[in-house]
Amino acid sequence: MSSASQQTNTGIDESVDSKNALLSVSSVGFDYENAAILENVNLSVTKGEFVALVGPSGCGKSTLLNLISGVLSVRTGHIRSGEHVSRTDRIGNVSYMQQKDLLLPWRSVATNSQLGLELRGGSRSESNAQVRKLAESFGLADVLNSMPWQLSGGMRQRVALLRAVLPDNPVLLLDEPFGALDAITRSTLQQWLLNVLDTSNKAVVLVTHDVEEAILLADRVLVMTANPGQIIGEVKIDFGDSSSDAEVTTSPEFMIFKRRILDLLRVQEIAP
Amino acid sequence: MIIRGSFKAALLNWIPAVATTIALIIAWEVLVEVLDVKRWLLPPPSVIGAEIYGSFGFLLRHTQTTLVEILIGFAVSVGLAGLLASGIVWSRTVERTIYPLIITSQTVPIITLAPLLIIWVGTDIMSKVIVIVLFTFFPIVINLVSGLRYVDQEMVDMFRTLGASPWQIFRKLMIPSALPSFFAGLKVAAVVSVIGAVIGEWFGSSAGLGWLMKVAGGQFQTAKVFAAIVLLSILAMALFAAVVAMEKWSLRKYPPTANRVIRLGES
Repeated sequence: MSSASQQTNTGIDESVDSKNALLSVSSVGFDYENAAILENVNLSVTKGEFVALVGPSGCGKSTLLNLISGVLSVRTGHIRSGEHVSRTDRIGNVSYMQQKDLLLPWRSVATNSQLGLELRGGSRSESNAQVRKLAESFGLADVLNSMPWQLSGGMRQRVALLRAVLPDNPVLLLDEPFGALDAITRSTLQQWLLNVLDTSNKAVVLVTHDVEEAILLADRVLVMTANPGQIIGEVKIDFGDSSSDAEVTTSPEFMIFKRRILDLLRVQEIAP
Repeated sequence: MIIRGSFKAALLNWIPAVATTIALIIAWEVLVEVLDVKRWLLPPPSVIGAEIYGSFGFLLRHTQTTLVEILIGFAVSVGLAGLLASGIVWSRTVERTIYPLIITSQTVPIITLAPLLIIWVGTDIMSKVIVIVLFTFFPIVINLVSGLRYVDQEMVDMFRTLGASPWQIFRKLMIPSALPSFFAGLKVAAVVSVIGAVIGEWFGSSAGLGWLMKVAGGQFQTAKVFAAIVLLSILAMALFAAVVAMEKWSLRKYPPTANRVIRLGES
């Protein structure tokens, strides 16, 4: 957040673009083939914060991530990630893990993981060292030389996440990272993700249609509606001191959070 | 899983083709004898075999001439096709300028260009190489363009979010993804390159299997014409097999995203 970037932020509502937010999305709108996909979306995520976006399919959750990462251009509004304001500035400087693992079948786990570092022109040995350093906590230390087709779905997702986080950008976007996995693997990976991100100071945005996943992982759950995509409500998640997965998911608070989110989702279901 | 080095399996694959060929050769031999066809009209396979055996060194020298023309033509073709396809994929202007020309070039019967080429560049190897290039660059360009173009958009976006430049996307994603299509074009080119060489030699040369066919035909040495045809077929098959071997090697190194062989009817 240099002063230079603030100057280029002309026309941004200062109350929305809170200065200590790592990621700020203000009054963003997006059209596709004359249909409004997103309308007046505001969002700000601070350092170390984990925000989840839930909503029905077609509400523009993934589109929002594509806009933040810079894959798509906004029609209206502004997005700032760290000091990167323009789309061309943001692309390549926001970590983004897509729904599919998108591993290159001709690269090993190690060389797939270090793709981002390689594209930035990092030296091979240095990239390799960085992969090795994180491989242990990602549970990939033993498979670094394996090819993608030899891995399970859960492992492939972890390689994709490792590839996304290695460039060490302050903002991390996750688009249904565990959507294609079975329930048991998903639950294991959710717990693992919490541990991996626990010590990081990243601003994380998770898109999911799994309400329980959102409650379990996020500090804040934002509920979206479709046609056009808008954020209609927010539920703050706080479990106090309880830490274990089982403890949290069976607690009364969990049910209350879930109820509130489902109520928000249901309102739009009934609405004409 | 790929079963490697399984000689027996490979043999089983070839049995239907080999058996059919042998049956046809026997039928040919028998029919020529039974119907008492004149040798200069249609020699039986045994006579053609004897011809190949008898003038093997002579035939081999001409095969070599043709092979050299093909290899040079093929190399030029691949280089040219690579440049054209890259240009087409890279820039819309290049595409609009060059693509129609490439397609138009194929509507002109190449066989009519051969005599012109002889007038322009003479009867040395150059004219043959040009005819081979005209025959082979088209299937390579067309397949390469579609291979480079139909890259998974999500993969491209993933590269972009990792900060890839267009050149890096081209080199590290599009080229490896285009390999299966590239080899599909190369296989077609391998076969038609032989046709190109024969046509080039037909119109002006002093050596090569095409020249041999023309001369021997004029002298009613029909067995020699057939001998040249046999060697040309073997040459085409060998080139095809070489491309298939390269394809196998490259796809082992760069497996395609969808790497299952689907056989409808054997679900």
